[in-house]
Amino acid sequence: MTMLSTTVQPGFWAATGMIAAVVLCSTAGEVLTASAMKSIGDLDEIRARSGMTGAILAVVTCPRFYAGVAFLALAFFALLFALNHLNLGLVAPASASLTLVTNAIAAHFFLNEHVDRRRWTAAVLVCIGVYFLAH
Amino acid sequence: MSHIRPTPRQYLILGFVALSAPLGDSCLSRGMTSLPAISLVHPLSLITAVFTPWIAIGIALLIGFFASYLTALSWADLTYVLPATAFGNVIVELLSRFWLNEEVSWQRWLGVFLITAGVGFVAHGPSLTERPQPQAQASSIAGEQLR
Repeated sequence: MTMLSTTVQPGFWAATGMIAAVVLCSTAGEVLTASAMKSIGDLDEIRARSGMTGAILAVVTCPRFYAGVAFLALAFFALLFALNHLNLGLVAPASASLTLVTNAIAAHFFLNEHVDRRRWTAAVLVCIGVYFLAH
Repeated sequence: MSHIRPTPRQYLILGFVALSAPLGDSCLSRGMTSLPAISLVHPLSLITAVFTPWIAIGIALLIGFFASYLTALSWADLTYVLPATAFGNVIVELLSRFWLNEEVSWQRWLGVFLITAGVGFVAHGPSLTERPQPQAQASSIAGEQLR
């Protein structure tokens, strides 16, 4: 009982695991959502053709969209869990900036996006920028 | 890669993506800090918090963010849209410096510069990866077979 009531700072690997869980769930969510939206097609065109109801129906009837939202929800709870054990100053910048890089890698492999040098440079610049802003 | 550039309307949607998330978060923060501390013993007080003006505006803005984010993903690559969401942090820093007159450290100005440069890099490129049309693919395969 006394073990449970004391606050123990997690070790390096536990902290890495918590941040990795946030980053991986977030990346899976973003990629699945992006893939769902690509499979649906241009929402502006769908709305012009079938109205707002048609556009909403196109999104809510896509199973991949729900998979994406489920992973984003998991990422949110993983973030809450990490914040319960680690400092905000570590979790927020680390997860926000690492997610940008993992998203670029996942978009290249799973969405077949052409991530050229320009986009890699942007991902790295934004990643470092978010890190500085969070400090 | 094609040179597909967004239309002015699509740039507006990207602008809304960048603006709505930080504004929504700020409204939620302002609403929650003005409320008395909420304990897990009375979780229903969280539901009543949803109907206070600042939190309601914050939720509306975040719903708007998600809708515009999904719209942007339907015509642009993920690696094009994501830097736009990060640009929201820059807007928050500028608002806090010039509207709220808060002190912004040099590290934060450096962060603002790096994110702006990153978004500038992406914005000058194409928004969507060009993929061969199925018909074009089929005809090229047929051409190969004929040879």
